[in-house]
Amino acid sequence: MSLSSSTMKQHKSNISRRDFFKAGTFIVGGIAVTSVFTPFNGILFASEAPKGKGKWYGIGIDISKCIGCGKCANACKLENNVPQEPFYFRSWVEQYTIKNDGSILVESPNGGIDGFMQSVPDEEIFKSFFVPKMCNHCAKSPCVQVCPVGATFETDDGIVLVDETYCIGCRYCVQACPYGCRYIHPEKGTVDKCSLCIHRLEKGLQPACFEICPTEARILGDLNDPDSNINSFLKNHTCMVVKPHLNTGSKLFYNALSPEVR
Amino acid sequence: MENHLQDLHEVLSKVQGYVYPNEIELNWSILIVLYPYITGLVAGAFILASLERIFKLHILKPTYGLALLTALSFMLVATMPLVSHLGKPLRAYEIMVTPHLSSAMAIFGFVYLWYLMVVLLLEIWFDYRRDMVIWANETKGIKRFLYKALSLWTTDISPKAVALDKKLGYIVTVIGVPSAFLLHGYVGFIFGSIKANPWWSTVLMPVIFLFSAIVSGIALVMLIYILLSKIRKQKIDMACLDLIARYLFYILLIDFVLEGLDQIHRIYEAEESFEVLHMLVFGKLFYTMFILQGLLGTIVPLLTLGTFQFVQPKEKIRKAVYLVTSALILIGVFFMRWNVVIGGQLFSKSFYGYTSFKIGMIGTEGYLMAAVWIIVPFIILSFLLWLLPPWKKKDEDADIQEV
Repeated sequence: MSLSSSTMKQHKSNISRRDFFKAGTFIVGGIAVTSVFTPFNGILFASEAPKGKGKWYGIGIDISKCIGCGKCANACKLENNVPQEPFYFRSWVEQYTIKNDGSILVESPNGGIDGFMQSVPDEEIFKSFFVPKMCNHCAKSPCVQVCPVGATFETDDGIVLVDETYCIGCRYCVQACPYGCRYIHPEKGTVDKCSLCIHRLEKGLQPACFEICPTEARILGDLNDPDSNINSFLKNHTCMVVKPHLNTGSKLFYNALSPEVR
Repeated sequence: MENHLQDLHEVLSKVQGYVYPNEIELNWSILIVLYPYITGLVAGAFILASLERIFKLHILKPTYGLALLTALSFMLVATMPLVSHLGKPLRAYEIMVTPHLSSAMAIFGFVYLWYLMVVLLLEIWFDYRRDMVIWANETKGIKRFLYKALSLWTTDISPKAVALDKKLGYIVTVIGVPSAFLLHGYVGFIFGSIKANPWWSTVLMPVIFLFSAIVSGIALVMLIYILLSKIRKQKIDMACLDLIARYLFYILLIDFVLEGLDQIHRIYEAEESFEVLHMLVFGKLFYTMFILQGLLGTIVPLLTLGTFQFVQPKEKIRKAVYLVTSALILIGVFFMRWNVVIGGQLFSKSFYGYTSFKIGMIGTEGYLMAAVWIIVPFIILSFLLWLLPPWKKKDEDADIQEV
């Protein structure tokens, strides 16, 4: 009796061991196979449609309204503790001057904070205008794509942010941004960029550069809301993004953007 | 910090045309020139070793072990320039712990570990296991302990066990060749996939990086082999050296054609960025690209090695030419990396101007630091050659026959 029960026990445990191995192989194999293919999903980053089901921030800048006062660049530095040296900007203004001979002059002394002086005599100018620049908060951001640790990310409402407690300072994102909107903070050693003043948005305020603009050249709104101010801006103006061929999903739309602007 | 800002003010005064204000600072400096250079040397040296193993080119035997140990020496420091240039070096491990899979850079840790652990260390281990067991019995003290530990306390050197080592080593080599291609093709992809930068963004970049890597790795082993033979006062195996030179010539030719094709393609398409790149190449990159990379690093070696395919001068002359040529190629490939990495940051992504590059002597991104990361692999190599001298390996076939 005892012998048969011990055989039975052994028999039973043998089956369960085989089952265990079977199931184990299945699970481990399954994980192994899927994990082989998972990294390749990463390749699809820029080829997938941008997300954004709820609120989806878009920015409008009306170049025809910008007077080049540079207050936006200054307000940004003050609001966000951006180093004052002229190598670090989250927001700056460029002055484009197209001469009669077709040559193009672009200037941005100290990011436009101290205002502009036109260095070309009036009679030589074909046209001149100011272009405020800032992060495009792209929907398929090249900077987010290349961040090796995921310290740069897009929020659900479409703002590209940096977690500076996580950034390793490899500078790959700085290389990947086509618009030159990122810099390495000289004291922190991590990357810094426009946050669309998310700390102000959370309080129901406008970003600093929007609020300070004396001509209201900047508009921020929800692209998913058909009645939003940004959508009416897009409807009533002929808008364009900078470097559209790069397919970054830029959400910064300029009215009256000249083809010279890059 | 103060010095850094001072440097930036100096660079600002040298800016030509217009660059975005954040572009005045060059983000990737000489250490990131070294990174693809060093990984390239690894991949190239390994591929030279694999030629002997896979294609059974036994003429190359004198350089087989040397090539493997060279690859390992450089591989061990390959990550150091990368880590030391980080703004937050202590967070480097995050790449391995939480890799962001859409980033080409995130995969580096895994490609690196695969190559180091699975390919290089395993191949060297299988190749040396028998010798380490023999040497452990012949030596005393710490060396004996090292051999025992490195052979993982295995003792079986029966013909059967050695045959298994050989077989497994061969399998590792077969896996290793595509891995070496992957390693360096991948490094090229890090640059080639940046669509914001027209100087980098080309599908040919991984292929160009790969072939220039093979060129540099072969040249390095050639140079070390010649110098080492002189130091050891041993006769150079000319048949081996001539064959290496022949492969070097072929691969350099392919590399030259690929890079030429890339440039022709750029000129023919003449996209939006053409003008700014044209002025870059003939301006700030003129010496490093046309003189150092093009003329000295490519054309001169192609002409000399090419001539030797038809006319074979005396051994003494060939040796001297091989020595100089391999050094020239190494300089040329270094400046190829320079032209890619530094060149790609000298022009503005607005295509309206240029910043300039300033490098100091000291500091984590200075010349001295760079020199350290070039010298350290040679120190490691000296140690490895002392510990695992390829020339003291016993001929297995002879032993097996004896048994």
